[in-house]
Amino acid sequence: MSTTGNVSGIISNLVIVAVDGVVAQNEICYILKDEVKLMAEVIRIGKELAYVQVFESTRGLKPGMPVEFTGHMLEATLGPGLLSKNFDGLQNDLDKMTGIFLKKGDYAPALEDNKLWNFKPLAHPGDLVTAGSWLGEVQENWMPHKIMVPFKMTGTYTVKEIAQPGEYTINDTISILTNSSAHEIPVKMVQKWPVKIPIKAYKNKPRPYEFMETGVRVIDSLNPIVRGGTGFIPGAFGTGKTVLEHAISKQADADIIVVSACGERANEVVELFAEFPRLDDPRTGRKLLERTTIVANTSNMPVAAREASIYTAMTLAEYYRSMGMKILLLADSTSRWAQALREMSNRMEELPGPDAFPMDLQATISNFYARAGFVHLNNGQTGSVTFIGTVSPAGGNLKEPVTEATKKTARCFYALSQARADSKRYPAIDALESYSKYLEYPEFQEYIKKRLSENWINQIQEAKNILQKGHEAYEQINILGDDGVPIDYHQIFWKSEVIDFIILQQDAFDKVDANTPIDRQQYMLELVLNICRTEFSFEGFEEINPYFKRIIHVLKQMNYAGFKSENFIAQEKELAEIMAERAIKPQ
Amino acid sequence: MASTAFQKIYTKLTQITKATCSLHATQVGYEEMATVNGRMAQVIKIQGDLVTLQVFSGTEGLPTNAEVVFLGHAPQLLVGDELNGRFFNALGNPIDGGPPVAGKATELGSPSVNPVKRKQPSELIATGIAGIDLNNTLVTGQKIPFFADPDQPFNQVMAIVALRAKADKIILGGMGLTNDDYLFFRNIFENAGSASHIISFVNTNEDPPLERLLVPDMTLTAAEYFAVEKHQKVLVLLTDMTLYAEALSIVSNRMDQIPSKDSMPGSLYSDLARIYEKAVQFPDGGSITIIAVTTLSGGDITHAIPDNTGYITEGQLFIRKDTDIGKVIIDPFRSLSRLKQLVIGKKTREDHPQVMNAAVRLFADAMNAKTKLENGFDLTDYDQRTLQYAKEYSNRLLTIDVTLDTDSMLDTAWELFRKYFSVNEVAIKTEFVEKYGMWET
Ligand SMILES: Nc1ncnc2c1ncn2[C@@H]1O[C@H](COP(=O)(O)OP(=O)(O)O)[C@@H](O)[C@H]1O
Ligand SMILES: [Mg+2]
Repeated sequence: MSTTGNVSGIISNLVIVAVDGVVAQNEICYILKDEVKLMAEVIRIGKELAYVQVFESTRGLKPGMPVEFTGHMLEATLGPGLLSKNFDGLQNDLDKMTGIFLKKGDYAPALEDNKLWNFKPLAHPGDLVTAGSWLGEVQENWMPHKIMVPFKMTGTYTVKEIAQPGEYTINDTISILTNSSAHEIPVKMVQKWPVKIPIKAYKNKPRPYEFMETGVRVIDSLNPIVRGGTGFIPGAFGTGKTVLEHAISKQADADIIVVSACGERANEVVELFAEFPRLDDPRTGRKLLERTTIVANTSNMPVAAREASIYTAMTLAEYYRSMGMKILLLADSTSRWAQALREMSNRMEELPGPDAFPMDLQATISNFYARAGFVHLNNGQTGSVTFIGTVSPAGGNLKEPVTEATKKTARCFYALSQARADSKRYPAIDALESYSKYLEYPEFQEYIKKRLSENWINQIQEAKNILQKGHEAYEQINILGDDGVPIDYHQIFWKSEVIDFIILQQDAFDKVDANTPIDRQQYMLELVLNICRTEFSFEGFEEINPYFKRIIHVLKQMNYAGFKSENFIAQEKELAEIMAERAIKPQ
Repeated sequence: MASTAFQKIYTKLTQITKATCSLHATQVGYEEMATVNGRMAQVIKIQGDLVTLQVFSGTEGLPTNAEVVFLGHAPQLLVGDELNGRFFNALGNPIDGGPPVAGKATELGSPSVNPVKRKQPSELIATGIAGIDLNNTLVTGQKIPFFADPDQPFNQVMAIVALRAKADKIILGGMGLTNDDYLFFRNIFENAGSASHIISFVNTNEDPPLERLLVPDMTLTAAEYFAVEKHQKVLVLLTDMTLYAEALSIVSNRMDQIPSKDSMPGSLYSDLARIYEKAVQFPDGGSITIIAVTTLSGGDITHAIPDNTGYITEGQLFIRKDTDIGKVIIDPFRSLSRLKQLVIGKKTREDHPQVMNAAVRLFADAMNAKTKLENGFDLTDYDQRTLQYAKEYSNRLLTIDVTLDTDSMLDTAWELFRKYFSVNEVAIKTEFVEKYGMWET
């Protein structure tokens, strides 16, 4: 008999339930309101009382209403058919829900029960297997989707039977395993896993080091991220967090993208719904939708489900990682998740930490980021979950709890600057404030030397130095006036502007400029650094600004032109002519 | 509201605060409406049989033996065509002297629209104001507030935008409006000759402040009726959302909740999002566009109210006085329409995005030159030209008192570029310069 209870109190989406038996922290229960069942999660347990957060509106709930406990935590359903889906935070398939509005108590299963999948066995009878071992595979869109020993199974098993190649539904038994006492366990293609617990069916998790291309120049060419790495993008509203995450989701070199739209605008998710079926994956030429899963809990959807949504998305990412794939997980915005935690903590009258956030905020964020990573699977293959989250600091002030907590755990920091956004220098990443800790990893340095070039890291440093010097020169000019500084200062400043306009700035809405493949990035960085290394002669500072504006203008036309297209080459020739006008030292 | 025979009457309040009262009662639903000595109230907390009510008109003079009757339903509005042309208070009762309306009882605060059932907004709203149409183009289904200090003419600008927007329906939600502004709206709506497609829910600053909490939901419930059932293009005006948020903080303080930044409730983001996210474009043509007002204190957008608003809405239109030209402008730096990408250069002329960006960039250069000048430095020839340009740009394009179509705005911008700058300085794609720039060579 499972535990039951009755509603005894209601404060917004926090419901207090008087219980008659065993309940577990984070256990799922259903509140029975007339014909409707409302899902809720236990978040605190007191004397014969369970405090539950309801994933729905609590309007109309009354004391005394019956509550049924399920005996399990919030679980994700894992199996073939997750790709190209649009889920809500509790993994309901949004496309299967009827009506315009999300009615209370409406749930739609994550996967199709009747769809047939073409199964190909990989394991053989007699094989010894553990959780996460690959038993077989089916083709999901164009990717091989591994059918694994369920993650909940602990210990070692022997494959007794494995299904013949053929068509099966997710509920058909595709293998029978036996444990040490010869007990038979049937395995299906679908399994469940509690979202708040990391999937650890891998051998080990070394430091990540493989460069992950994003097509965004200011990231790849200045502060690169790696497969299995973590990064975050803090910025005030309007500084470009969402546009940047969307750009990365379209261009990144990953097998699968999981997008968690966490407590932000519905229209931004609609944009993904509209674009992903049309747009091509720049690497495979397939539609972006085929490699994407969206988990949407927009700001108007129930707050408790918002907290769940980010865990659901992470669980999906970990599931595919166990198949040896490279996953990129994007969450916009992790601050909304933190706020959901704050709302509940306040309702439970817990002792608050800074800005009324829960005391354990830092630990919660840190545990979440720790689920990302590059792993060696037990079968020797590798997989990765790269995680990039946005942070929406209150008042744009980076000295607030969520930003500070995240900074302690994420390895790449992409700070968006209000001043850059105001002057429309998009993406507004402040290249000097931002960092990638991976640049310091010897394993990364080794890797990038082989993958790109011997001196790529030196070039990054050189570009950063020029930006730094340009910034200092600019400050001097502002303090002392145009003619109060040596004329060189102007040249130094304008060289940094060339890097700014041509490498850092990138128009996310221009077909060509939006995505720069890494070979093109290398080419442009080399070209721009070459300009920076060249000495030019000027009579007076007045000549400098117009001259560099011409250079920038031509380079911009190159950014808008197809790589090495006729126009690109013509512009490059013009650039050489402009440079020849004033270059002293031959390059 | 007459009580039926089955309704139980309670007469013993156990606690009264400025905004709430509590009593022992059973079989009460969460968020249910009640009357307390005839005053409208709503259940906001239930603990066992102890029920806490928020009393919308305040608790002044309320005795402990006040009669409490529970109405058995959540707050609701009678929706139907009879709403057209009428003025109501926050409780949905007529304030224009007309008869009560009949309609279908509809609960306020419907669930959210399934995001996959939304359509991506794509229909441009032309206002004739270049600070909006050129730099911050609006789209149906968008939600966007004016950010303005209290002394700026935001209600006037909002009324102009509303009347030019070609909506099937305009629904005004007034919160804490001054009586003068209320009369201004009545007057301008009646004179527009189209009063029959306008509906207003108004709480003035003479009305109890907590009643304001109902205004956005009343307004949006009516809006959803016309957008969903009648497939109309509905424009919702909400002014002033800062006063709404302040009412929220009063209630949460009375509930002993721990305030977060600027004494606002920790749930402010979710509370505001619930309202603004009602903006939607439906596939069958119906839409809800929300234009709101968020008043600022001394231009401070980092205060929790504008800050949370900015994180929710699809941009903001920042109104301020330009002291150089002595006129009210839409500030090009601090304003943003996030949906403009969906229409500019697509529904408008192809050069729109680049011209808009170049014009703002040159205006930014002028601001730098101004700083130089203020710091006593010499100006270069380029600086001088940017300053002259900025003045003309402000006067001819940024001020709120222009009425132009978008092509003329673009042509005006090109005219200014030609007048003050070289092709390189403007830095626009060559194909557009050749087509629209018309520099003399
Ligand atoms: N890379 C970019 N290129 C062009 N415009 C951009 C870029 N990034 C941001 N923007 C502009 O900034 C606006 C706000 O960006 P968004 O990502 O929505 O901000 P946030 O998520 O930080 O609030 C966009 O609507 C767009 O106009
Ligand atoms: Mg955003």
